[in-house]
Amino acid sequence: MALIEVKDLITSFDSKVVHNGLNLEINEGEIYGLLGPSGCGKSTLMREMVMLEEYTSGSIKVLGYEINAIRSKEAQKLRKKWGVLFQFGALFTSLSVSENIALPLKEYTDLSSKIIDEIVSFKLSLVGLKQSDAHLYPSQISGGMNKKAALARALALDPKLLFLDEPTSGLDPISAREFDDLILKLKDMFNLTIVMVTHDLTSINNTLDKMAIIDNKKIAVQGDLNSVLNTSSPFIDTFFKALK
Amino acid sequence: MNVTSNLEILKTKDAIELIFKGSFDVFNISTIEKQLSSLRLTNECNNIIVDLRSVESIDTSFALLLSDCKKRAISSSLKFEILSNDETFKDVVELTYRNSHIKSSFEIEKIPFFENLGRQTIKNISFLREISLFIGTIFVHMFYYLNSYKNLRIKEIFFEINESIFKAIGIIALTSFLIGVVVAYQSAVQLKQYGANIFIVDMLGLSLLRELSPMITAIIVAGRSGSAYAAQIGVMKITQELDAMRTMGFDPYAFLVLPRIITLMIMMTVLIFVSDIMSLLGGMLIAKIELGIEYSLFIDRFREAIDVRHFFVGMLKAPFFGFAIASISLYQGLQVKNDTQSIGINTTRSVVQSIFIVIIIDALFSILFTSLGI
Ligand SMILES: Nc1ncnc2c1ncn2[C@@H]1O[C@H](COP(=O)(O)OP(=O)(O)O)[C@@H](O)[C@H]1O
Ligand SMILES: [Mg+2]
Repeated sequence: MALIEVKDLITSFDSKVVHNGLNLEINEGEIYGLLGPSGCGKSTLMREMVMLEEYTSGSIKVLGYEINAIRSKEAQKLRKKWGVLFQFGALFTSLSVSENIALPLKEYTDLSSKIIDEIVSFKLSLVGLKQSDAHLYPSQISGGMNKKAALARALALDPKLLFLDEPTSGLDPISAREFDDLILKLKDMFNLTIVMVTHDLTSINNTLDKMAIIDNKKIAVQGDLNSVLNTSSPFIDTFFKALK
Repeated sequence: MNVTSNLEILKTKDAIELIFKGSFDVFNISTIEKQLSSLRLTNECNNIIVDLRSVESIDTSFALLLSDCKKRAISSSLKFEILSNDETFKDVVELTYRNSHIKSSFEIEKIPFFENLGRQTIKNISFLREISLFIGTIFVHMFYYLNSYKNLRIKEIFFEINESIFKAIGIIALTSFLIGVVVAYQSAVQLKQYGANIFIVDMLGLSLLRELSPMITAIIVAGRSGSAYAAQIGVMKITQELDAMRTMGFDPYAFLVLPRIITLMIMMTVLIFVSDIMSLLGGMLIAKIELGIEYSLFIDRFREAIDVRHFFVGMLKAPFFGFAIASISLYQGLQVKNDTQSIGINTTRSVVQSIFIVIIIDALFSILFTSLGI
């Protein structure tokens, strides 16, 4: 079943056209990669999927909702079903790590604070943070820890759909591989669907089921790693040189 | 090693020879640039020979000069040749030749004066449209969220009340006291000449309660809370905290905008009340020192001369001032673009525009109250 469908998408900022007739489909249970040269509109596409950016024309359907014509109640429902990890974490700087993770739980559930604390500490260890990091504020932690904490927050409500913008950039290689393992584990255990923007070849090789290469404002290729490797374009040839 | 780097230009029958000696880098090639650009490539010869055999080192900017030269040579269909013992020199020149774009200028095009004037005018007009849109959105959210008191974020409001208001009481009390002192002192000098000492009470009561206290309070709150709101929201926008809130379904209007607006509307009232008291105390003190009016006399005269409506006129302005300051500052915060410079610009604007709007509202109230005879 297609969880996300993008049809004939056109995006332009003033006179600059970023997407011109872009089509793709993301199925349930897939780890789907958005790849392409910098500035080709990967982040923009992802922001459009999570209703942060408006597109010029075409359609995007997420979990069956046409997001250009969505009502605010449905939009709110949708927002509780996904988790988003921003490129630089975007933790709330006025809250500590544990408060950041607990926030959606406190807002959207009636759970007692004891259970919430337990959920928070489970999510912390799931993403590989120490319990002692919980009381630190975003300004007191490193970039890598910031990302892990943001991932824990994105996972707080056990979403079905996870959006990740460059999740391994800025992580040390060990954390990056742990991150790959974690993503695979999440997919296997909870049948999560994951959409991610990434430039990390190892991560692409390890985790992605399917990927789309955005080039020249359109999807150049869509498919698994092999079918991408069998296609030739300047970007693919250079980018996948190590794998070819 | 002390090499003098120079260029010698030799014109032979059918070639121009450029003989370079020494080391060339970005710091010493300006004279060479002049020499090369004044060089005329005519059709009398058909060869340009660049002799780098006595050159010790070059860098890419030097290579760019040579590749410029090469372009000129080729465009006037001359042969261009480099003599060098070091192959890498030729490679560097070749690299720069392939990657240089003569016509590129990175200066942003200057917009002609009238076009700029037009653009700015449209921008300023559309500001009016956008701020109306923003205020409209605030009201929509107010009705949407206030239909149940549960939606009101009491915790945030109390946090804001403490943060932006209780901490402001000190400075507002002090400033108001001093304003009271100054106004009383100035009028005392005048009134004494006419022996109209007691009228200082009427004068202080009217001007402080109706105009000065609300105004002073509004200006301090605009400078203090308004700038804080704009900067805080602006930074949250840059760090994508606002985006994160939206994707999690936490409407920034409910979480950030409304609590702050409600806070300022409530607390402006409290602060103006504090300011009324403190400025009158300042006035009383001076009335006693300068004019010898006892406190009890002051208060008696105050009861007689100053109607309670003057107090309410001042207090009535409070929620309007609070709403104006909060909404303009929050609007400016949300307008911050993805660069740090715009935080400064928008914070400044938030203060300037809030004070400006406060004065306009005050003027409108004056007209209204005068024509109503209040
Ligand atoms: N708010 C904006 N205004 C104007 N142009 C934008 C804006 N956001 C993105 N762009 C442009 O859209 C293009 C795609 O950006 P982005 O999606 O961030 O690229 P990437 O694929 O590297 O994530 C870039 O060329 C960028 O200049
Ligand atoms: Mg990006």
